[in-house]
Amino acid sequence: MNHNALPLFEVFIRSKRGLDHRHVGSLHAEDHEQAMEYARDVYLRRSEGVSIWVVNSSDIVASQESDVEQFYDPMDDKPYRHATHYDLPDEVKSM
Amino acid sequence: MTEQELERRQQEFDAKVANEERIEPKDWMPDDYRKTVLRQMSQHAHSEVIGMQPEGNWITRAPTLSRKAILLAKIQDEGGHGLYLYSAAETLGTSREQMVEAMHLGKAKYASIFNYPALTWADMGAIGWLVDGAAIVNQVSLQRTSYGPYSRAMIRICKEESFHQRQGYQIMLVLARGSAEQKALAQDALDRWWWPSLMMFGPHDTESAHTAKSMQWKLKRESNDQLRQKFVDQAVPQAEYIGLKMPDPDLRWNEDRGHYDFGKIDWDEFWRVVSGDGACNRQRLAHHIKAQEDGAWVRDAMHAYKEKHRVRSTRSAA
Repeated sequence: MNHNALPLFEVFIRSKRGLDHRHVGSLHAEDHEQAMEYARDVYLRRSEGVSIWVVNSSDIVASQESDVEQFYDPMDDKPYRHATHYDLPDEVKSM
Repeated sequence: MTEQELERRQQEFDAKVANEERIEPKDWMPDDYRKTVLRQMSQHAHSEVIGMQPEGNWITRAPTLSRKAILLAKIQDEGGHGLYLYSAAETLGTSREQMVEAMHLGKAKYASIFNYPALTWADMGAIGWLVDGAAIVNQVSLQRTSYGPYSRAMIRICKEESFHQRQGYQIMLVLARGSAEQKALAQDALDRWWWPSLMMFGPHDTESAHTAKSMQWKLKRESNDQLRQKFVDQAVPQAEYIGLKMPDPDLRWNEDRGHYDFGKIDWDEFWRVVSGDGACNRQRLAHHIKAQEDGAWVRDAMHAYKEKHRVRSTRSAA
Protein backbone atom coordinates (compact mmCIF):
# COMPACT_ATOMS: atom_id res chain seq x y z
CA MET A 1 0.00 0.00 0.00
CA ASN A 2 1.26 3.44 -0.95
CA HIS A 3 1.20 5.59 2.18
CA ASN A 4 2.25 8.67 0.23
CA ALA A 5 -1.23 8.71 -1.15
CA LEU A 6 -2.64 9.53 2.26
CA PRO A 7 -3.64 13.19 2.45
CA LEU A 8 -1.44 15.57 4.40
CA PHE A 9 -2.65 17.45 7.47
CA GLU A 10 -1.13 20.46 9.19
CA VAL A 11 -1.08 20.37 12.98
CA PHE A 12 -1.54 23.35 15.29
CA ILE A 13 -1.15 23.18 19.05
CA ARG A 14 -2.32 25.54 21.77
CA SER A 15 0.36 25.17 24.40
CA LYS A 16 -1.62 26.89 27.12
CA ARG A 17 -5.07 28.37 27.57
CA GLY A 18 -5.12 31.99 26.52
CA LEU A 19 -2.48 31.56 23.82
CA ASP A 20 -2.97 31.19 20.06
CA HIS A 21 -2.66 27.82 18.34
CA ARG A 22 0.76 27.55 16.70
CA HIS A 23 1.83 25.45 13.77
CA VAL A 24 4.02 22.57 14.92
CA GLY A 25 4.26 20.31 11.86
CA SER A 26 2.30 18.00 9.61
CA LEU A 27 1.42 14.35 9.15
CA HIS A 28 -0.34 11.97 6.77
CA ALA A 29 -3.64 10.44 7.75
CA GLU A 30 -6.75 8.91 6.25
CA ASP A 31 -9.13 11.56 7.59
CA HIS A 32 -9.52 14.28 10.22
CA GLU A 33 -10.26 11.87 12.99
CA GLN A 34 -7.16 9.81 12.34
CA ALA A 35 -5.07 12.96 11.89
CA MET A 36 -6.23 14.06 15.32
CA GLU A 37 -5.16 10.74 16.86
CA TYR A 38 -1.80 10.81 15.14
CA ALA A 39 -1.24 14.43 16.12
CA ARG A 40 -1.90 13.53 19.72
CA ASP A 41 0.51 10.61 19.50
CA VAL A 42 3.25 12.52 17.71
CA TYR A 43 3.09 16.08 18.95
CA LEU A 44 1.59 15.86 22.41
CA ARG A 45 3.65 13.20 24.14
CA ARG A 46 5.21 15.53 26.71
CA SER A 47 2.23 17.73 27.59
CA GLU A 48 3.12 20.20 24.87
CA GLY A 49 -0.40 21.49 24.69
CA VAL A 50 -4.03 21.57 25.71
CA SER A 51 -5.70 21.75 22.32
CA ILE A 52 -5.02 20.51 18.76
CA TRP A 53 -6.21 21.77 15.39
CA VAL A 54 -5.73 19.57 12.33
CA VAL A 55 -6.29 21.16 8.94
CA ASN A 56 -6.18 19.51 5.54
CA SER A 57 -2.97 20.90 3.98
CA SER A 58 -4.69 21.35 0.64
CA ASP A 59 -7.11 23.77 2.32
CA ILE A 60 -4.28 26.14 3.19
CA VAL A 61 -3.69 29.00 0.80
CA ALA A 62 -0.23 30.44 1.31
CA SER A 63 1.48 33.54 0.00
CA GLN A 64 4.99 33.36 -1.41
CA GLU A 65 8.03 35.07 -0.01
CA SER A 66 8.39 36.92 -3.27
CA ASP A 67 5.00 38.56 -2.61
CA VAL A 68 6.32 39.95 0.60
CA GLU A 69 6.61 43.53 -0.54
CA GLN A 70 3.01 43.83 -1.61
CA PHE A 71 1.65 41.80 1.29
CA TYR A 72 3.66 42.86 4.26
CA ASP A 73 5.03 46.26 3.36
CA PRO A 74 5.76 47.61 6.85
CA MET A 75 5.19 51.11 5.46
CA ASP A 76 8.34 52.48 7.00
CA ASP A 77 7.59 55.69 5.14
CA LYS A 78 4.67 56.17 7.54
CA PRO A 79 6.42 56.54 10.89
CA TYR A 80 3.40 58.37 12.31
CA ARG A 81 1.73 55.00 12.85
CA HIS A 82 4.01 54.41 15.82
CA ALA A 83 3.76 56.01 19.26
CA THR A 84 7.46 56.89 19.25
CA HIS A 85 6.82 59.33 16.39
CA TYR A 86 5.19 61.76 18.83
CA ASP A 87 7.57 63.58 21.12
CA LEU A 88 5.92 63.98 24.47
CA PRO A 89 7.26 66.06 27.32
CA ASP A 90 8.42 64.08 30.38
CA GLU A 91 5.65 65.63 32.44
CA VAL A 92 2.99 63.62 30.62
CA LYS A 93 4.81 60.34 30.35
CA SER A 94 1.92 58.03 31.15
CA MET A 95 0.40 57.88 27.69
CA MET B 1 -27.44 17.16 30.51
CA THR B 2 -28.21 15.83 33.97
CA GLU B 3 -28.18 18.17 36.92
CA GLN B 4 -25.09 16.42 38.27
CA GLU B 5 -23.25 16.82 34.99
CA LEU B 6 -24.19 20.50 34.84
CA GLU B 7 -22.90 21.05 38.34
CA ARG B 8 -19.61 19.32 37.53
CA ARG B 9 -19.10 21.53 34.46
CA GLN B 10 -19.95 24.64 36.44
CA GLN B 11 -17.32 23.65 39.00
CA GLU B 12 -14.73 23.09 36.28
CA PHE B 13 -15.53 26.47 34.77
CA ASP B 14 -15.31 28.23 38.15
CA ALA B 15 -11.97 26.54 38.86
CA LYS B 16 -10.52 27.72 35.53
CA VAL B 17 -11.59 31.28 36.22
CA ALA B 18 -10.24 31.12 39.77
CA ASN B 19 -6.89 29.80 38.50
CA GLU B 20 -6.51 32.69 36.03
CA GLU B 21 -6.93 30.30 33.10
CA ARG B 22 -8.64 31.59 29.98
CA ILE B 23 -11.97 30.24 28.76
CA GLU B 24 -11.64 29.08 25.15
CA PRO B 25 -14.43 28.86 22.51
CA LYS B 26 -15.12 25.13 22.75
CA ASP B 27 -15.15 25.04 26.54
CA TRP B 28 -18.42 24.64 28.32
CA MET B 29 -19.51 27.95 29.79
CA PRO B 30 -22.61 29.11 31.67
CA ASP B 31 -25.26 30.63 29.38
CA ASP B 32 -25.07 33.96 31.20
CA TYR B 33 -21.32 34.13 30.69
CA ARG B 34 -21.73 33.47 26.96
CA LYS B 35 -24.43 36.10 26.70
CA THR B 36 -22.46 38.67 28.66
CA VAL B 37 -19.18 38.24 26.81
CA LEU B 38 -21.00 38.32 23.47
CA ARG B 39 -22.84 41.51 24.43
CA GLN B 40 -19.60 43.13 25.55
CA MET B 41 -17.61 42.12 22.47
CA SER B 42 -20.36 43.06 20.03
CA GLN B 43 -20.70 46.46 21.74
CA HIS B 44 -16.96 46.92 21.52
CA ALA B 45 -16.80 45.90 17.84
CA HIS B 46 -19.70 48.20 16.89
CA SER B 47 -17.97 51.03 18.75
CA GLU B 48 -14.78 50.64 16.74
CA VAL B 49 -16.72 50.81 13.48
CA ILE B 50 -19.19 53.57 14.38
CA GLY B 51 -16.26 55.47 15.93
CA MET B 52 -14.84 55.91 12.43
CA GLN B 53 -17.62 58.35 11.57
CA PRO B 54 -16.88 61.42 13.71
CA GLU B 55 -13.24 61.33 12.59
CA GLY B 56 -14.03 60.42 8.99
CA ASN B 57 -15.93 63.69 8.96
CA TRP B 58 -12.58 65.57 9.13
CA ILE B 59 -10.38 63.69 6.67
CA THR B 60 -11.03 66.06 3.79
CA ARG B 61 -10.56 69.10 6.02
CA ALA B 62 -7.43 68.14 7.96
CA PRO B 63 -5.22 71.24 8.15
CA THR B 64 -2.06 69.65 6.68
CA LEU B 65 -1.17 66.66 4.55
CA SER B 66 0.64 65.12 7.51
CA ARG B 67 -2.42 65.46 9.75
CA LYS B 68 -4.55 63.95 7.03
CA ALA B 69 -2.25 60.93 6.65
CA ILE B 70 -2.22 60.40 10.43
CA LEU B 71 -6.01 60.64 10.65
CA LEU B 72 -6.44 58.18 7.77
CA ALA B 73 -4.06 55.69 9.38
CA LYS B 74 -5.89 55.97 12.68
CA ILE B 75 -9.34 55.46 11.16
CA GLN B 76 -8.02 52.52 9.16
CA ASP B 77 -6.83 50.98 12.44
CA GLU B 78 -10.30 51.34 13.93
CA GLY B 79 -11.82 49.41 11.03
CA GLY B 80 -9.28 46.63 11.57
CA HIS B 81 -10.00 46.58 15.29
CA GLY B 82 -13.69 46.17 14.55
CA LEU B 83 -12.80 43.12 12.47
CA TYR B 84 -10.65 41.57 15.23
CA LEU B 85 -13.50 41.98 17.68
CA TYR B 86 -16.24 40.71 15.36
CA SER B 87 -14.25 37.57 14.61
CA ALA B 88 -13.47 37.04 18.30
CA ALA B 89 -17.21 37.37 18.99
CA GLU B 90 -18.04 34.95 16.16
CA THR B 91 -16.22 32.19 18.10
CA LEU B 92 -19.33 32.16 20.28
CA GLY B 93 -21.50 31.07 17.37
CA THR B 94 -23.14 34.37 16.42
CA SER B 95 -22.37 35.70 12.96
CA ARG B 96 -21.23 39.22 12.18
CA GLU B 97 -24.37 39.70 10.08
CA GLN B 98 -26.52 38.88 13.11
CA MET B 99 -24.56 41.31 15.28
CA VAL B 100 -24.79 44.11 12.73
CA GLU B 101 -28.49 43.49 12.24
CA ALA B 102 -29.03 43.69 16.00
CA MET B 103 -27.31 47.08 15.98
CA HIS B 104 -29.40 48.32 13.07
CA LEU B 105 -32.54 47.27 14.94
CA GLY B 106 -31.33 49.13 18.03
CA LYS B 107 -31.04 45.89 20.04
CA ALA B 108 -27.23 46.07 20.29
CA LYS B 109 -25.40 49.20 21.41
CA TYR B 110 -22.17 50.95 20.61
CA ALA B 111 -20.28 53.41 22.81
CA SER B 112 -22.57 56.34 23.42
CA ILE B 113 -19.76 58.88 22.99
CA PHE B 114 -19.92 58.54 19.21
CA ASN B 115 -23.35 60.10 19.26
CA TYR B 116 -21.72 63.46 19.92
CA PRO B 117 -20.77 65.54 16.88
CA ALA B 118 -17.18 66.42 15.92
CA LEU B 119 -17.64 70.14 15.29
CA THR B 120 -14.10 71.51 14.86
CA TRP B 121 -10.60 70.31 14.04
CA ALA B 122 -9.78 70.54 17.75
CA ASP B 123 -12.29 67.74 18.27
CA MET B 124 -9.85 65.44 16.47
CA GLY B 125 -7.39 66.30 19.21
CA ALA B 126 -9.88 65.85 22.03
CA ILE B 127 -11.17 62.55 20.63
CA GLY B 128 -7.68 61.07 20.31
CA TRP B 129 -6.50 62.33 23.67
CA LEU B 130 -9.64 61.72 25.75
CA VAL B 131 -11.89 59.24 23.95
CA ASP B 132 -9.05 56.97 22.85
CA GLY B 133 -7.33 57.66 26.17
CA ALA B 134 -10.38 56.42 28.08
CA ALA B 135 -10.76 53.46 25.72
CA ILE B 136 -7.12 52.50 26.23
CA VAL B 137 -7.46 52.54 30.03
CA ASN B 138 -10.33 50.10 29.61
CA GLN B 139 -8.61 47.98 26.98
CA VAL B 140 -5.34 47.63 28.87
CA SER B 141 -7.37 46.18 31.70
CA LEU B 142 -9.25 43.87 29.31
CA GLN B 143 -6.03 42.29 28.04
CA ARG B 144 -6.48 40.06 31.08
CA THR B 145 -10.17 39.28 30.50
CA SER B 146 -11.10 35.64 31.05
CA TYR B 147 -12.39 34.95 27.53
CA GLY B 148 -9.35 33.87 25.47
CA PRO B 149 -10.24 35.26 22.02
CA TYR B 150 -11.29 38.60 23.57
CA SER B 151 -8.07 38.85 25.53
CA ARG B 152 -5.95 38.12 22.45
CA ALA B 153 -7.84 40.70 20.38
CA MET B 154 -7.26 43.27 23.13
CA ILE B 155 -3.52 42.59 23.20
CA ARG B 156 -3.30 43.18 19.43
CA ILE B 157 -5.45 46.28 19.59
CA CYS B 158 -3.50 47.89 22.44
CA LYS B 159 -0.26 47.38 20.58
CA GLU B 160 -1.53 49.07 17.44
CA GLU B 161 -3.44 51.78 19.20
CA SER B 162 -0.55 53.24 21.15
CA PHE B 163 -0.22 56.13 18.73
CA HIS B 164 -3.89 57.11 18.68
CA GLN B 165 -3.91 58.94 21.97
CA ARG B 166 -0.56 60.60 21.38
CA GLN B 167 -1.50 62.05 18.01
CA GLY B 168 -4.64 63.52 19.63
CA TYR B 169 -2.75 65.01 22.53
CA GLN B 170 -0.25 66.48 20.12
CA ILE B 171 -3.02 68.21 18.17
CA MET B 172 -4.21 69.73 21.46
CA LEU B 173 -0.70 70.71 22.47
CA VAL B 174 -0.06 72.52 19.17
CA LEU B 175 -3.40 74.35 19.35
CA ALA B 176 -2.91 75.26 23.01
CA ARG B 177 0.43 76.86 22.18
CA GLY B 178 -0.95 78.66 19.14
CA SER B 179 -2.91 81.88 18.74
CA ALA B 180 -5.60 82.91 21.22
CA GLU B 181 -8.17 81.69 18.74
CA GLN B 182 -6.52 78.28 18.44
CA LYS B 183 -6.24 77.95 22.19
CA ALA B 184 -9.94 78.77 22.53
CA LEU B 185 -10.69 76.06 19.98
CA ALA B 186 -8.77 73.51 22.05
CA GLN B 187 -10.48 74.61 25.28
CA ASP B 188 -13.91 74.39 23.65
CA ALA B 189 -13.22 70.85 22.48
CA LEU B 190 -12.04 69.85 25.95
CA ASP B 191 -15.17 71.43 27.49
CA ARG B 192 -17.43 69.39 25.23
CA TRP B 193 -15.60 66.03 25.35
CA TRP B 194 -14.50 65.81 28.99
CA TRP B 195 -17.78 64.74 30.60
CA PRO B 196 -18.86 62.33 27.86
CA SER B 197 -15.38 60.74 28.14
CA LEU B 198 -15.95 60.11 31.85
CA MET B 199 -19.32 58.56 31.00
CA MET B 200 -17.59 56.08 28.69
CA PHE B 201 -16.71 53.94 31.70
CA GLY B 202 -20.39 53.36 32.34
CA PRO B 203 -22.59 53.85 35.41
CA HIS B 204 -21.17 53.92 38.94
CA ASP B 205 -20.41 50.50 40.39
CA THR B 206 -23.41 50.75 42.70
CA GLU B 207 -25.71 51.35 39.68
CA SER B 208 -24.15 49.03 37.14
CA ALA B 209 -26.33 46.05 36.30
CA HIS B 210 -23.51 43.86 35.01
CA THR B 211 -20.39 44.82 36.95
CA ALA B 212 -20.57 42.43 39.90
CA LYS B 213 -21.15 39.36 37.75
CA SER B 214 -18.54 40.41 35.16
CA MET B 215 -15.95 40.97 37.88
CA GLN B 216 -16.73 37.58 39.40
CA TRP B 217 -16.21 35.95 35.99
CA LYS B 218 -13.07 38.07 35.49
CA LEU B 219 -14.52 39.32 32.23
CA LYS B 220 -13.89 42.74 33.69
CA ARG B 221 -10.76 43.08 35.79
CA GLU B 222 -11.43 46.52 37.23
CA SER B 223 -14.74 48.20 37.96
CA ASN B 224 -16.17 51.20 36.08
CA ASP B 225 -15.30 53.56 38.92
CA GLN B 226 -11.75 52.24 39.33
CA LEU B 227 -11.06 52.66 35.62
CA ARG B 228 -12.66 56.10 35.56
CA GLN B 229 -10.48 57.25 38.46
CA LYS B 230 -7.38 55.95 36.71
CA PHE B 231 -8.28 57.95 33.61
CA VAL B 232 -8.95 61.16 35.56
CA ASP B 233 -5.63 60.83 37.40
CA GLN B 234 -3.81 60.55 34.07
CA ALA B 235 -5.68 63.25 32.18
CA VAL B 236 -5.64 66.09 34.72
CA PRO B 237 -1.86 66.67 34.71
CA GLN B 238 -1.88 66.35 30.92
CA ALA B 239 -4.44 69.17 30.67
CA GLU B 240 -2.50 71.30 33.14
CA TYR B 241 0.70 70.83 31.20
CA ILE B 242 -0.76 72.31 28.02
CA GLY B 243 -2.51 75.05 29.96
CA LEU B 244 -6.11 73.95 29.43
CA LYS B 245 -8.72 73.99 32.15
CA MET B 246 -10.88 70.97 32.96
CA PRO B 247 -14.58 71.99 32.89
CA ASP B 248 -15.18 70.83 36.46
CA PRO B 249 -15.14 73.29 39.39
CA ASP B 250 -15.09 70.40 41.88
CA LEU B 251 -11.94 68.85 40.47
CA ARG B 252 -9.11 68.84 43.02
CA TRP B 253 -6.30 66.66 44.29
CA ASN B 254 -7.24 64.66 47.36
CA GLU B 255 -4.11 64.12 49.41
CA ASP B 256 -5.71 61.46 51.63
CA ARG B 257 -6.99 59.33 48.77
CA GLY B 258 -3.99 59.97 46.54
CA HIS B 259 -6.43 60.63 43.71
CA TYR B 260 -8.28 63.51 42.10
CA ASP B 261 -11.81 64.13 43.34
CA PHE B 262 -14.18 65.17 40.60
CA GLY B 263 -17.69 66.54 40.25
CA LYS B 264 -21.01 64.82 39.64
CA ILE B 265 -21.55 63.22 36.27
CA ASP B 266 -24.84 64.10 34.56
CA TRP B 267 -26.30 60.62 34.32
CA ASP B 268 -29.56 61.94 32.89
CA GLU B 269 -27.60 63.05 29.86
CA PHE B 270 -25.86 59.67 29.70
CA TRP B 271 -29.12 57.72 29.70
CA ARG B 272 -30.74 60.15 27.27
CA VAL B 273 -27.95 59.57 24.75
CA VAL B 274 -27.79 55.81 25.35
CA SER B 275 -31.50 55.48 24.76
CA GLY B 276 -31.26 57.18 21.39
CA ASP B 277 -31.65 60.88 21.98
CA GLY B 278 -28.12 62.17 21.48
CA ALA B 279 -27.21 64.70 18.80
CA CYS B 280 -26.15 62.09 16.22
CA ASN B 281 -27.74 58.72 17.11
CA ARG B 282 -29.99 58.62 14.06
CA GLN B 283 -27.31 59.95 11.75
CA ARG B 284 -24.70 57.36 12.86
CA LEU B 285 -27.03 54.40 12.32
CA ALA B 286 -28.44 55.75 9.07
CA HIS B 287 -24.92 56.22 7.74
CA HIS B 288 -23.89 52.70 8.70
CA ILE B 289 -26.97 51.21 7.04
CA LYS B 290 -26.43 53.29 3.92
CA ALA B 291 -22.76 52.27 3.67
CA GLN B 292 -23.79 48.65 3.89
CA GLU B 293 -26.51 49.04 1.26
CA ASP B 294 -24.28 51.06 -1.05
CA GLY B 295 -21.64 48.34 -0.91
CA ALA B 296 -24.07 45.49 -1.56
CA TRP B 297 -23.47 45.49 -5.34
CA VAL B 298 -19.76 44.75 -4.78
CA ARG B 299 -20.53 41.71 -2.65
CA ASP B 300 -23.23 40.62 -5.12
CA ALA B 301 -20.80 40.96 -8.03
CA MET B 302 -18.11 38.94 -6.24
CA HIS B 303 -20.64 36.23 -5.49
CA ALA B 304 -21.96 36.18 -9.06
CA TYR B 305 -18.40 35.93 -10.44
CA LYS B 306 -17.58 33.01 -8.17
CA GLU B 307 -20.86 31.30 -9.07
CA LYS B 308 -20.15 31.70 -12.79
CA HIS B 309 -16.78 30.00 -12.41
CA ARG B 310 -18.22 27.23 -10.27
CA VAL B 311 -20.85 26.44 -12.90
CA ARG B 312 -18.22 26.54 -15.67
CA SER B 313 -15.86 24.18 -13.91
CA THR B 314 -18.69 21.73 -13.15
CA ARG B 315 -19.64 21.81 -16.84
CA SER B 316 -16.12 21.18 -18.07
CA ALA B 317 -15.73 18.35 -15.57
CA ALA B 318 -18.90 16.70 -16.84
